[in-house]
Amino acid sequence: MTDTLRAEQFRALFEPRGVIVAGASTHPAKFGFTALHNIRANGYRGRVFATNLEGGEILGVPVATDIADLPDGQADLVFVCTPAGANESLLRACAAKGVRAAFVTSAGYREAGGDGLAAERRLVGLADELGILMAGPNGQGLVSTPASLCAQIVAPYPPPGRISIASQSGNFVSSFMNYGVQTGIGVCRAVSAGNAAALGIGDLIAWYGEDPVTGVALAYVEGIEDGRAFYDQVRSVTPHKPVVLVKGGATPGGQRAAASHTGSLATEGRVFEGAMRQAGATLAEGVEQAYEVAATFATQPLPKGPNTVVVTTAGGWGVVTADAVWASSLRLLPLPEDLRAEIDRRLPPRWSRNNPVDMAGGETRDTIPEVLDLVAAHPEVDAVVYLGLGIQSNTARSLRAGPFYPDHGLERIVAFHERQDRRFAEAAAAVSESSGKPVLTATELAVCDPANPGPATVRDSGRLCYPSANRAVAALDAMWRYARWHRARAGEDA
Amino acid sequence: MPTLSEADSKALLARHGVPVPAEALAASPAESAVAAARIGFPVVAKLCGAGLAHKTERGLVRLNLRDEAAVADAAAALLAAATPDDGDVGVLVGPMVSGLRELIAGLVRDPQFGPCVMLGVGGVLTEALGDVVFRLVPLTRADAAEMIDDLGTQGLLGPLRGEPAVDRERLVDVLVGLAAVAAAEPGIRSIDLNPLIVSAGTPVAVDALVETA
Repeated sequence: MTDTLRAEQFRALFEPRGVIVAGASTHPAKFGFTALHNIRANGYRGRVFATNLEGGEILGVPVATDIADLPDGQADLVFVCTPAGANESLLRACAAKGVRAAFVTSAGYREAGGDGLAAERRLVGLADELGILMAGPNGQGLVSTPASLCAQIVAPYPPPGRISIASQSGNFVSSFMNYGVQTGIGVCRAVSAGNAAALGIGDLIAWYGEDPVTGVALAYVEGIEDGRAFYDQVRSVTPHKPVVLVKGGATPGGQRAAASHTGSLATEGRVFEGAMRQAGATLAEGVEQAYEVAATFATQPLPKGPNTVVVTTAGGWGVVTADAVWASSLRLLPLPEDLRAEIDRRLPPRWSRNNPVDMAGGETRDTIPEVLDLVAAHPEVDAVVYLGLGIQSNTARSLRAGPFYPDHGLERIVAFHERQDRRFAEAAAAVSESSGKPVLTATELAVCDPANPGPATVRDSGRLCYPSANRAVAALDAMWRYARWHRARAGEDA
Repeated sequence: MPTLSEADSKALLARHGVPVPAEALAASPAESAVAAARIGFPVVAKLCGAGLAHKTERGLVRLNLRDEAAVADAAAALLAAATPDDGDVGVLVGPMVSGLRELIAGLVRDPQFGPCVMLGVGGVLTEALGDVVFRLVPLTRADAAEMIDDLGTQGLLGPLRGEPAVDRERLVDVLVGLAAVAAAEPGIRSIDLNPLIVSAGTPVAVDALVETA
């Protein structure tokens, strides 16, 4: 395949000028309805066509009974909801109209057993012959927010962002995008690869590497047919963009029979893990951690070193966070003397005087923004974890909910508390930007009370408010490992 | 699976930069004793042949031999224990390497990922501990250093009960050497360096088994 054709095919998949929904349906429970609905309902700006055997009109789209009746060159993506038996003639007809990419939801292929595998191979061969990039079959759809394209039969349509997703499980795509909706840290492209008969997870990751609007590639992987090719594809991306992976089926069950000791120890999970670490990918333990790590890569600068400072308004949190830092690849930086002296000038003597910087309730109106700024700006500090955001607003919440609000001066103090938490969250983002260093904010209020002005303002700043310090440390650890992988290879390759 | 003799395995590894102990292959008890005197006591003597993949199970390894007479006696007994199935055999005489820590390293051709280098902790305990890491060939020194960093039992690599820390650069040499063998010899299916004894901080492949296609 030429690079030009490949570029044209991927453009057709993710930035189509027009989309045909083949097998469109009037029945709201059918794929052929849901797909048309989702494309029409989420602001896709290209032309939308629909075909089925009955004709008529669905959701305002006139339905053609034959692809041949559609105008030439107006659609370059077909979203296939027809039965497997119809798909070969469908692809031929679409190719004649200028279609360059197909997303096939139809089941009845390899996953069905019997003749399914042969039918799948024929479809792959045909798509290749016709110059059509085929995703699926048996997939749940694709999303491309730069094109406002929601061509999928599942929910949700995520907010736009820099994370691009590839998955061998359609429900994993949904799970990732649900986190996108929850956190506001959005998605660029997403593909449920289905049987991945032609377009594989590795192909998508490699293309995300070239895609100028993708910042991070995030993938769920089960089986891989050619591990070496997958390694090469991941390795083509990691020098310039992070790749975050969740691997299913990586338990040591799949041990192989071998004469040598080394061979018997080479389980699929161990070899995959080693290969991906060598490729500079980040392996996450599950969907939640994977999204948090990807969201961190998408929104925080990479740390230049491991030296982490924890800034907290209460002692216990700092202790637990320090433990998490010790258990990671990060380093709890002993507080430099000049930084200690600067903080001393702003806090009463009961503060911790070391890292974690426990302010011990000694904050006045401006203390937190000032201390965050001092810590982040210090040349020996590479990263900051900030704990305690939202406490004042939590107090305000109970004052606001009680029977005495807004009298007795409560309205004023509630407004003050909430304003302070907004300031603190804004300060965390501002000092990160001014210093070029990651500053991660963690509080359980991010999930327990997302409307709290603290976490709500972190979200407005376009960053993730981590639900616990441990999870913030895990995300920071992944960033430092990636940065260190680069550092170890500086000068070795591009 | 056909295997190379221990002596041939080590010679192959040494050609590709894997550090192995200085050993001698002797044909008779008298030659064994001369070789032992040159190497310096105590020594270890093993029956060596292409068909002898599992010597310990058959009692074909004699450790801690302290003088020429002991070496000659051991060599005679080893040669007498050989069966016609063992083919050409000799006695491999090498220095007695001792250390508190045993590692394992090796090479395998994975059906998905092709040639992979392995490093693990524990020698005979490796399976039970499960502290094993893999990387693909080709292997850079940075890759090899990260393999060592990825071992879970980092405490075992530092100074231990009077022994110095494991020399990471020498361990990197072993791993990069295994990768070099894989790249140069496509006919090799697997290699076991087990155990890789850490002696005065240096990893030494006291046994080596190369399996060919």
